[in-house]
Amino acid sequence: MSNPLSRREFIQAGSVVVGALSATAEAAAPESASATTRTRANIKVNGTVHAADLEARVTLLDYLHDRLGLTGTRKGCNEGACGTCTVLIDGKRMNACLTLAAQCNGREVTTVEGLAQGDKLHPVQQAFIDHDAFQCGYCTSGQIVSAVACIEEGHTGSEAEVREWMSGNLCRCSCYPQITAAVLDAAQRVKQSSKDGQA
Amino acid sequence: MNTFEYLRAASMQEAIKQAASPDAQYIAGGTELLNWMRLHIVEPARLVDIGFVPDQAQIARSGTDLIIGSLATLNDVGNHELVASHARTLGQACLKAASPQIRNRATLGGNVLQKTRCAYFRSEAPVPWPCNKRSPGSGCAALKGVNERHAILGWTDACVAVHPSDPLVALACLDGRAEVIGPAGRRIIEMTDFHLSQEEARAEHAKLAPRLHEAQVESRLAPQEVIVSYRIPIAEGERSAYVKVRERDSYEYALVSAAAALRLVDGKIDRVRIALGSVAQRPWRLTAAEKALQGATPTKQSVLPAILKALEPARPLEHNRYKVTLAANAAARAIVLAAGERP
Repeated sequence: MSNPLSRREFIQAGSVVVGALSATAEAAAPESASATTRTRANIKVNGTVHAADLEARVTLLDYLHDRLGLTGTRKGCNEGACGTCTVLIDGKRMNACLTLAAQCNGREVTTVEGLAQGDKLHPVQQAFIDHDAFQCGYCTSGQIVSAVACIEEGHTGSEAEVREWMSGNLCRCSCYPQITAAVLDAAQRVKQSSKDGQA
Repeated sequence: MNTFEYLRAASMQEAIKQAASPDAQYIAGGTELLNWMRLHIVEPARLVDIGFVPDQAQIARSGTDLIIGSLATLNDVGNHELVASHARTLGQACLKAASPQIRNRATLGGNVLQKTRCAYFRSEAPVPWPCNKRSPGSGCAALKGVNERHAILGWTDACVAVHPSDPLVALACLDGRAEVIGPAGRRIIEMTDFHLSQEEARAEHAKLAPRLHEAQVESRLAPQEVIVSYRIPIAEGERSAYVKVRERDSYEYALVSAAAALRLVDGKIDRVRIALGSVAQRPWRLTAAEKALQGATPTKQSVLPAILKALEPARPLEHNRYKVTLAANAAARAIVLAAGERP
């Protein structure tokens, strides 16, 4: 109660100051130089179209996390090794750190925040809770987005298949057995709910 | 990452014009390029995005060729029926590369243009040790350093790096050809001849790229040229397989790899093609073994002697002698697996 700011709010307040400083530095640069290194992109994120006007070097990861405040998409290695920034682009899972936001013009991006329907969790989210499929939680949103795609692709025929097709998401707490169990269980739930939907 | 200008190309022809600017670089998937830019391996002033060019990701049969557009992703290629039927080793190589999410972005065009995973090379600028690819003329730290993942064939004292691509090995095995376009027009480059070993680069760099250090000359693709498609001759009745040996089961680069394609007549090898990966800066065809194995039974015991003989020219470094044995066994296993596939 005595702490008026949450950790996240504190970090965000700090980055506003840093942002203001770098904005000053950018303004001091020659106008023509900064103009040619900027670009525009219309990106649909979790159903809402955003008209982004940004430096071309901004990755999709930084755009989602820092500009849109969708902090579920995490920065781990920032070089495509860990998978914690996994998002769906036009329905396919990809590493947001290896994608420029500019490359997503006209594309549809789904982050972990876009999976639940109101208060109803996505079956994969519920399965991760039921199977205790995380400890520290840092990799979890990337694991969940990747698992949604893994199930959609049909790569859940066996434990071995799930492990192979979830290999792009590292978990340093090593919750792999629980993650595998959650993905296999969620695949059954998704199958069941689509059957129910048809009935 | 430095700032750069970003242009979206509507066609490959437009892209070539846009890439005429100095320090321009093409981007398709971007899974390699963004990491190069983070490490300052390249510092392009302009990126030309070819990822929006339409109709460049097709996979189709045309006459006796299988045609794959350069923007087809590794998952597109790995999951395609025509590839499974006519170029199985390539499909397997694609699905054994990288991770599922990288394979959804990485294109077959960009994949063969990736750079070595040599840890001395892939470090942040300024590079604190000798590397002729990064600091021309500084030497090669891997030559006498930690070199267990480096070349056993084709290297020079200027560089001992290997090429890390899996699909490239399969393309070379299948005698695939790249169709490239550039300011001078369209041309075909055989995938067995697309990349250069360091020995070849020493002999040819003055002609190919006189302003670059020999260690920086890795392929015959000229500046502004771009791969638009691959053509793989369909060999009816042949079967193929890809073997990748690595330190963990998934999502790891190869220590060595082998692609084999063969035709059997009455249970004996009538024709076989074998390519090795991660043993040199280019895929390495075992042409001597390919000739010697005509008429052989496709079992490990019967094919291994000819493969070992073909690897006699290998020059292992201090820490990678194991690669000679591993590569021979991988090639033998690829032959045995290919023979067990349906033609």
